[in-house]
Amino acid sequence: MPTLGKVRPHPTQNEPLLFELSRPGKRGYQLPPLDVPEASPEEALGAENVRREIEDFPELSEVEVLRHFTRLSTWNYAIDLGMFPLGSCTMKYNPRINEAAARVEPLAWAHPYQPEELSQGAMEIIATLEQYLAEIFGMSEVTLQPAAGAHGEYTGIMLIRAYLAAQGNPRKVVLVPDSAHGTNPATAVIAGYEVKTLASNDRGMTDPAAVAAAVNEDVAALMITNPNTLGVFEEHIEEIAEILHAKGAQLYMDGANLNALVGVARPGDFGVDVLHANLHKTFSTPHGGGGPGAGAVGVKPHLAPFLPVPRLKREGGLLRWDYDRPQSIGRVRAFYGNFGVMIRALAYILAHGGEGLRRATLDALLNANYVRARLEPYYQIAYPSRSMHECVFSDARQEKRGVRTMDIAKRLLDYGFHPYTVSFPLIVHGAMMIEPTETEPKAELDAFCDALIAIAQEVEENPELVKSAPHSTRVSRVDEVSAARKPRVRWTREAAG
Amino acid sequence: MRYLPNSDADRQAMLAACGLSSLEDLYRHVPENALIREPLKIPPGMSEYEIMAYFRAQAEKMAHGYASFLGAGVYAHYRPVLCDVIAQRGEFLTSYTPYQAEYAQGTLQSIFEFQTLICQLTGMEVANASMYDGSTAVAEAAMMAYRITGRSKFFAPLNLHPEYRQVLDTAAHNARMSVATYPYDAATGQADLAALERLLDEETACVILQSPNFFGVVEDVRAAAEIAHRRGALLVVVFTEAVSLGLLEPPRDADIVAGELQSFAISPSYGGPFAGVIATKEKYIRQIPGRLAGETRDQDGNRAFCLTLSTREQHIRREKATSNICTNQALVALMATVFLSVYGKQGLRELAVQNLSKAHYLAGGLELRFTGKFFNEFVVKPRRMTPQQALERLLEKKILGGVALARFYPELADCLLVCATEMNRREDMDALKEVLA
Ligand SMILES: Cc1ncc(COP(=O)(O)O)c(C=O)c1O
Repeated sequence: MPTLGKVRPHPTQNEPLLFELSRPGKRGYQLPPLDVPEASPEEALGAENVRREIEDFPELSEVEVLRHFTRLSTWNYAIDLGMFPLGSCTMKYNPRINEAAARVEPLAWAHPYQPEELSQGAMEIIATLEQYLAEIFGMSEVTLQPAAGAHGEYTGIMLIRAYLAAQGNPRKVVLVPDSAHGTNPATAVIAGYEVKTLASNDRGMTDPAAVAAAVNEDVAALMITNPNTLGVFEEHIEEIAEILHAKGAQLYMDGANLNALVGVARPGDFGVDVLHANLHKTFSTPHGGGGPGAGAVGVKPHLAPFLPVPRLKREGGLLRWDYDRPQSIGRVRAFYGNFGVMIRALAYILAHGGEGLRRATLDALLNANYVRARLEPYYQIAYPSRSMHECVFSDARQEKRGVRTMDIAKRLLDYGFHPYTVSFPLIVHGAMMIEPTETEPKAELDAFCDALIAIAQEVEENPELVKSAPHSTRVSRVDEVSAARKPRVRWTREAAG
Repeated sequence: MRYLPNSDADRQAMLAACGLSSLEDLYRHVPENALIREPLKIPPGMSEYEIMAYFRAQAEKMAHGYASFLGAGVYAHYRPVLCDVIAQRGEFLTSYTPYQAEYAQGTLQSIFEFQTLICQLTGMEVANASMYDGSTAVAEAAMMAYRITGRSKFFAPLNLHPEYRQVLDTAAHNARMSVATYPYDAATGQADLAALERLLDEETACVILQSPNFFGVVEDVRAAAEIAHRRGALLVVVFTEAVSLGLLEPPRDADIVAGELQSFAISPSYGGPFAGVIATKEKYIRQIPGRLAGETRDQDGNRAFCLTLSTREQHIRREKATSNICTNQALVALMATVFLSVYGKQGLRELAVQNLSKAHYLAGGLELRFTGKFFNEFVVKPRRMTPQQALERLLEKKILGGVALARFYPELADCLLVCATEMNRREDMDALKEVLA
């Protein structure tokens, strides 16, 4: 497909690397005058410890730095530009008041080791968020130390290990359904377990019979995602919990999809012993191109003694950090977690209130089901079960014309939408996983569905058009295969020539 | 709820399209037992005004207007305005992990630049796109050393940041590996490499060394590397004060460098979010955890970037992945990238020299506990009172005087860890000296 008349305006579309822009002697900073005598680095540090220069480090003026990153930013897609329907990622609107709250100076500039008496506001924020999340989860306690969802999984599985070890046997195996996110099996392994995979049934659910057949005295836990990565509520969850508990095993819930449940159902009420939720999904803290996030972990009382240190405790009207927790698994991160992310999540909860959170969940379910209803005539739904907050299609119909989920995804870029999640979950042939979230207006959903319907038409009439997409983005399809064959992960003067 | 864009008419139309008659029908299939029984005990939604008032009220209960000499892994450095200007652009702030390369070239190129800057600073050949923080980066570096060497014991010095050591302990314990410690030299404050040499065995995957260490003292990386390598172990060099890299010889003899970038424009924020990083030699690239951006071409031959070597990662390799990390600290790494671009080659050095100068001015006339060379942090023994008394006296002058080391080191219970950066004014330093001298 020729890109008719497409040019790349030089200044905005061909921005070089920082290192290519750099010219000796340029500077974009000015330090205040030094109000003490200047130390000699050689004397203070020893000549052998002082570097001569940072070779090839960039030298730029301030305006060039600003333009550089501003130009780069325009090569990105973002929620601020439109719908970002990545399934399992919960790309919802990021309220800007949350950014303002996180920048209130005495919070943003708080040092983790300043006296507790002078940190009560930050500690109160953490305590309040823990309390609200415990209420949302239906769990008795919450830790906010983990830095992301996967880190929360890791914490949760370690809690299970510590609890079982305290009873004499940490056990060896963690069960993971085949629909699970990759972090689940990876987590189980780094927490010292073997993974056994459970096949999902023909309704896209975990079968109690399969769990019963797999669980024995070696099994420490089942890691289940609910709703699972097909967007399907695990209808047998309580029965599964009973089966596990009868054998002394624990039920871990990956709460990445909690956006389907807040205010409607609570994991603690349906048998879950420990879960994590991603504050950067359900609780709207910005993804920032890949992070930061925070992973809140909620537990039932029997796991609480093992939570990471330190824990907050109220003592004579003051909050204190309690390090004296002999059964604790220890620390999973320095300090107290991603506090700045916690502020944003709390601001989100405060803005909604209890009833607002429930309304948000209902709209998330409605948006997903609406998209499903509009697209089902054109794309094959992966499993006929009812959808919660996301819907998963297969590219089975389009594959007959030689077009795969990745091609359709790339063609969506031409229509101005970020694609859905491609090829995940792995159990769906050519998965197209769509999560609109509650913050998309109907008009945006309609435009997105219209685009996918138009593409379905193109697949019939002109499959090559779709297979060679994208045609209108700044770069055409990126060659990921050769990138991996000969990895170039940094700029060097030599390679640049 | 003001974040929900649909009108009731929209909802009705959408429900009809789904063949449903009420919103509650959307979860009719969820077993009755699993449904919540009463409304969430969370107060009604607030306006923007009320939300800001809430956080400002919490801020009132925080230290404000204090001069601070706290360091110990979290440093107060000036944050150039551009860092926030760029990080607040919606195109960076509200985008996802750049899996769809054609729609994320901005993020991908900036990660590529970040990785290059980290290599230039550390003297390593490859760096990843970020880890959660310095403490988890160290634990991940140890696991990486395990994968490379097949050995499952780690040696950590007692002058490694104590909370980093705790994180490493947790990780090693659960992976059924072990952490052995080696002491620091009571006179210099440096890691006791002679003791390390005696203790180190052939089962060790890596020796860990922090420089500048928790006491602020610069270590002899080359000597540690020689000792480690003689036993077939790797050397992992750790840093918590990234500004020191502007002036210090980079740890070229390390096999892996694991560090914390908070000093590069990240506000202290009561301990996070920060950004960790792992850098290493090219030959270990397939063992590095986390994301990597790489250079490639698009179909028209234009330069382009994409995430690469993802066969190391959990979404492809699942239980065989190098790590379970998925979400990292991308936006924080972007802020660090902007910071380094603003300061540049000359500026980072000048900034480091200011830190060095302030800390050495501050140390003048005080009783330093260790003789080792230091960058912007040092251990001091107050001459006339206990550390607690000194801190209290300083609080009265609105000064946060340092970290009392009793909480981590009983043998240093009479000492404070004190830090000076370019943000500290001479008059506050003089006030601190008056109390500690
Ligand atoms: C189902 C599921 N589990 C776990 C994770 C991992 O969470 P994080 O990226 O916050 O580490 C994700 C994130 O994409 C997910 O979708």
